[in-house]
Amino acid sequence: MARISLKVNGKVRTVDADPDTPLLYVLRNDLSLNGPKFGCGLAQCGSCTVIMDGKAVRSCVTEVKSAADRPVTTLEGLGSTKKLHPLQKAFIDEQALQCGYCINGFIMSAKALLDTTPKPTDAQIKEALAGNLCRCGTHTRILRAVKRASGQKV
Amino acid sequence: MKDLEFSRRQLLKAGGALIVSFNLFPPAFDLFAQSAPVAGGLPDPTQLDSWIAVGQDGTVTVFTSKVELGTGIETALAQIAAEELDISWKKIKVDMGDTQKTIDQATTSGSRTIERAGPQIRQAAAAARKELLRLAAEKLKAPVDKLTVKDGVVSVAGSPSKKISYAQLIGGKRFNVTIQAEGRAGELKLAQDVKAKDPKDYETVGQPVPRFDLPPKVTGEAVYVHDVRIPGMLHGRVIRPPVINTAPVGVDEDSVKNIPGLVKVVRQGSFVAVVAKTEWAAIQAAKAIKVTWAKPATKLPANREELDAYLTGTKSFTTLKAIEKGDPAGTLAKTKKQYEATFRWPFQMHGMIGPSCAVADVQGEKATVWSGCQGPFRTRASIAGLLKIPEENIRVIYHDGSGSYGRLSNDDGAEDAALLSRAVGAPVRVQWSRQDEHGWEPKGPAQLQKVKAGVDGEGKIAAWEFTDYSLPWTVAGTMMLLASEQIGMKPKAQGQGNGNQGGGEIYAFENTKVIAEEIPWLQPEPIPLRTSNLRAPGQLSRCFASESLLNEIAADLGVDPVEFRLRYLTSDARAMDVLKAVAEKSQWQKRRQPAAASNSATANGRGVAMTRRAGGYAAAIADVEVNKPTGKVTVQRVTLAHDCGLIVNPDGVKNQVEGNIVQGVSRALLEEVTFDGTGVTSLDWSSYPILKFPDIPALDIVLINRKDVAPLGAGELSTVPVPAAIANAIFDATGARLREVPFTPARVLAAMKATESQKS
Repeated sequence: MARISLKVNGKVRTVDADPDTPLLYVLRNDLSLNGPKFGCGLAQCGSCTVIMDGKAVRSCVTEVKSAADRPVTTLEGLGSTKKLHPLQKAFIDEQALQCGYCINGFIMSAKALLDTTPKPTDAQIKEALAGNLCRCGTHTRILRAVKRASGQKV
Repeated sequence: MKDLEFSRRQLLKAGGALIVSFNLFPPAFDLFAQSAPVAGGLPDPTQLDSWIAVGQDGTVTVFTSKVELGTGIETALAQIAAEELDISWKKIKVDMGDTQKTIDQATTSGSRTIERAGPQIRQAAAAARKELLRLAAEKLKAPVDKLTVKDGVVSVAGSPSKKISYAQLIGGKRFNVTIQAEGRAGELKLAQDVKAKDPKDYETVGQPVPRFDLPPKVTGEAVYVHDVRIPGMLHGRVIRPPVINTAPVGVDEDSVKNIPGLVKVVRQGSFVAVVAKTEWAAIQAAKAIKVTWAKPATKLPANREELDAYLTGTKSFTTLKAIEKGDPAGTLAKTKKQYEATFRWPFQMHGMIGPSCAVADVQGEKATVWSGCQGPFRTRASIAGLLKIPEENIRVIYHDGSGSYGRLSNDDGAEDAALLSRAVGAPVRVQWSRQDEHGWEPKGPAQLQKVKAGVDGEGKIAAWEFTDYSLPWTVAGTMMLLASEQIGMKPKAQGQGNGNQGGGEIYAFENTKVIAEEIPWLQPEPIPLRTSNLRAPGQLSRCFASESLLNEIAADLGVDPVEFRLRYLTSDARAMDVLKAVAEKSQWQKRRQPAAASNSATANGRGVAMTRRAGGYAAAIADVEVNKPTGKVTVQRVTLAHDCGLIVNPDGVKNQVEGNIVQGVSRALLEEVTFDGTGVTSLDWSSYPILKFPDIPALDIVLINRKDVAPLGAGELSTVPVPAAIANAIFDATGARLREVPFTPARVLAAMKATESQKS
């Protein structure tokens, strides 16, 4: 066990954890951040995606020690039902989910995309979200939601 | 915890809002202490209060055992209740899937919620409205037939100042009204003596109301079952290699003793598990523990050929008949031309993105289970059997789960959690690993069809013989779940059939027989190729076979495939309408198939297919591009026309249809569980890929709203014709017939090669 200092959603949080623990379990179980979800533990599905140092990363394969003192943003860091982030609002406006289990990953991957590419093309959106799996099949709505959030015509 | 026990009355005072954090419920929490209970203290279906409650703030809570799996039924059921009550849908809350608070309305499966639970909620709401009007008539001193209701406020016609709200009438109080209730679960008929609204007067039903459950799901505020945390909760993992499950001959507990936080190694029969203080410790212990397993007694097919030999060479335990008319066998022999083909469908996965997860707190003879299951009452029954305690002592509380598509009709994770909680005397959360979910989820059954047809001298199909050879669901209903089997409980039946619709029974052939042979699949030990209901069970496969052969005959006769189908649908207006609608939407032009060959490296084609399922109709047209050198198929667009009766929520239906198409394309192009003689070898998303963003087709949906037909479900129907439409489009593009799913590049190339060699 080790004491590790994390910067999550703008706040410094200190946890006692095995340094090899994947960041996902620390975020969920130690910090009660339920946005990131366990899907595969293999970086294959994207459900656990968070943004670290401005990049979308798979928290299920990111050791917590490697996240020490680096800015991490989770879905909760974007907004809340009282104050929605434009991406969250767009996903609601487009009713772009069914079960919603994967949707954290899509929103966080889209956030990382829009941060670097504010007006992405359809192809850029599809490429950026190609590593995220959605079994319910709401992709066409997700595509529209990301376009809407970027202020482009849907 | 005693202080947290509060009555239903107190909840009503709080505004009917039953939004109470999950961990405030003590295990023996009895919400219905004051209601007229049935044996066991559970809610009574004949009490209106068991279904509807009006809060002091005027909100109305609807209680249902149905659960929101992501299909939008929470919102749709709320719309149905709002409609009957003449109240805004914004004032409706839905309390779902808690065995202590709701009546068993059957498992949320088979796309039956709107069809079966919809009328139950509608009648309960209509009965509530009737009682509210009776109360209002007393208060306002006016006859009931002079009363009107607008958004929960009752007023007297002609005297608008004379009014009273639902909240003023009964807010926070009980109805104490008995209603008629006959039958049970899906067959429960409620308040049949109460007249509900005429659908022509509907205002809320039919509107694209946004889903209630979405906002907290995009912010991380929703508490999925995976997010449930109970004080003192430990974490469990079950050790299940993806091979035939045998007895453990050795469990080396020393192999995990150095893992910090390990609480216990649990062993019962062939059930071996670890429990730890943290999730990560449980994962590490499950990985590290050394278990030696006995040699299996079970023999499984080692490959598809052996499986096919088993399917066609084993006596069925039941035959499901969709239609039998005339003398198909005798007529077939006399027809001018006969057609015959065999089609194959692999084991496929439900593929939940979030693996199985549940939390259980077993305390002596009582248990509370938090689960994302489709059937809280079914889970309750299975836990009762597993722990040998009365069902009434168990409370199952539904929380949102990962989309399950049939997988969580059978709640293996809850059994694991319950066994482990009892073993360690503390609440235990179990979440399966990805490998365990891929390895051990009950698979959609493998199938094989033999189809024969005969055409007479006038080019008419005079005989049709369709036989589906399918594995049944070995995990279903009262069959044993995995942990139950592992501790030695034995199933008492062969399982449930994989359905019989989709084999061409919708066509008016004079001599026809469509049957499904269910081939026994129970094994002496639990196998990773266990089977269960997967979305639209068995019907994608049957539709693929029947619609492929039908298309083949049309092509051979040189008849347009849409026109050819219409010839046999003359007595079914809804079937004709759905087919014509999709043809029109896709700008279908009369064609002979296959399309003329070109010299380019890619070939384009379009194909049509249709089906009827549980009273609904869907017809699809797929546009594909086939890369001739590589055999890769790209589905560019799917157009689909859909008739599920009267539409409750058009955007909800559209969302379901879109998802069904995408899942259908994925299953047609990519999905096949691989196995060898010992178990499953598709153990992650790279060995069992599903459709990803760049390959998602454009979608064009036509919703036919049948106001004269009672509302039906939309959760399954539209996925059915998709693989068949793609197969027929590949034929149109290349002239090659695909007879086995998935349509991998290798299979497409082989089919193209076979077609070439037939020509030459």
